[in-house]
Amino acid sequence: MMHDTATHSDSKVTYFWVWGALLFLTAVEVVLGYRQVFQPVRMLEVLIILSIIKSALIIGYFMHLKFEKALMRWMLMASVVACFIIMYFFFFPDAGRVHDHGVKWTVQLGSRV
Amino acid sequence: MADATLQHDTVQHGVPGAYEAPLFGAYSKKVGMWLFLASDSLTFGALLFAFSYNRLYTIPWPTPFHAESIANATIMTACLLSSSLTMVMAVFAAQRGDRAWTRNWLLATMVFGTAFIVLHGMEWSKLIGEGLTIPGFPKPPSAATGELADISKNVPQFPATFFGLTAMHMLHVTIGVIYLGVVAFRKWFLPILGVLWIAGYLLIPADNVFHYGIHALLLGLIVAAVILYLKPKDYDAHDVEVSGLYWHFVDLVWMFIFPLVYLMSTKIQ
Repeated sequence: MMHDTATHSDSKVTYFWVWGALLFLTAVEVVLGYRQVFQPVRMLEVLIILSIIKSALIIGYFMHLKFEKALMRWMLMASVVACFIIMYFFFFPDAGRVHDHGVKWTVQLGSRV
Repeated sequence: MADATLQHDTVQHGVPGAYEAPLFGAYSKKVGMWLFLASDSLTFGALLFAFSYNRLYTIPWPTPFHAESIANATIMTACLLSSSLTMVMAVFAAQRGDRAWTRNWLLATMVFGTAFIVLHGMEWSKLIGEGLTIPGFPKPPSAATGELADISKNVPQFPATFFGLTAMHMLHVTIGVIYLGVVAFRKWFLPILGVLWIAGYLLIPADNVFHYGIHALLLGLIVAAVILYLKPKDYDAHDVEVSGLYWHFVDLVWMFIFPLVYLMSTKIQ
């Protein structure tokens, strides 16, 4: 039999906790941005990790994927993540070329030496 | 088609195996929306990768967002997160058959979404007014000089990726608000949308980019009218849940745009 709308065995309180956690993580991101505690590349890594945690909360609870069949969860997530991994290998080895090989730019934005 | 019709006619109801169970154990509209969101996530993924590529490749990367911009973007984030909570409440109300509260929670979600669009529009207008533009944008005289005008001239990849990414997201939020409006109010939402379009066009100055961007509402009005003409149904709990999936996805994408675009380009004095 086809499943109807997602069954909510969890209470509404859970969703308020998830909402609070998302706001808290956003506040952490803003503080990190304000204080600029990390170098840009490390900051990018930290912010990406926090964003992945937030997106997991949204997908799992708000979008109810946590309550769907395992096959649906794995098919959707594995296919999307695999595409992102492929994109990563296309883009980032080249993106770091300037950073890694030390091509210098002058203070005048955009004019290369 | 003839074969399909013949097979359909010979189906015997109540016989085991006559209908195959759905692969994902979910109704087709939900699976369809999930597949659309999976493909749409690749669109945003490509734009976010392009932005990050330029962020790493361009040294030095402009950091034009002062405390005021970050505060504004933080409020926008809170609006979207709160709209996701009200959307969940709308799904709960729809599942228990409470039509009044379903409509109320959907309306609350639309209000948060509209607040996000308005705040984002004000942010865009401020940046364009200070000179952060791309070719083709209408711009006021004040945009000719200044720090942001220099950035637009010397690092054009910054405004190009910034406006490309955030415009795509803003369009999705706008479509989401219209989608929820149709689910909540059906045909009664069309005149509201029409009034908003005309009022926006008349009130927004001609040198503002949203004087032209407001026509997205007209396109939304036409599409919504066609859909309501073809399927003038009363939307049920399934439809509310599927519209919620789209809305949460819009929220989800912003969780990446906010830190990558704003927090990574911060200049706190």
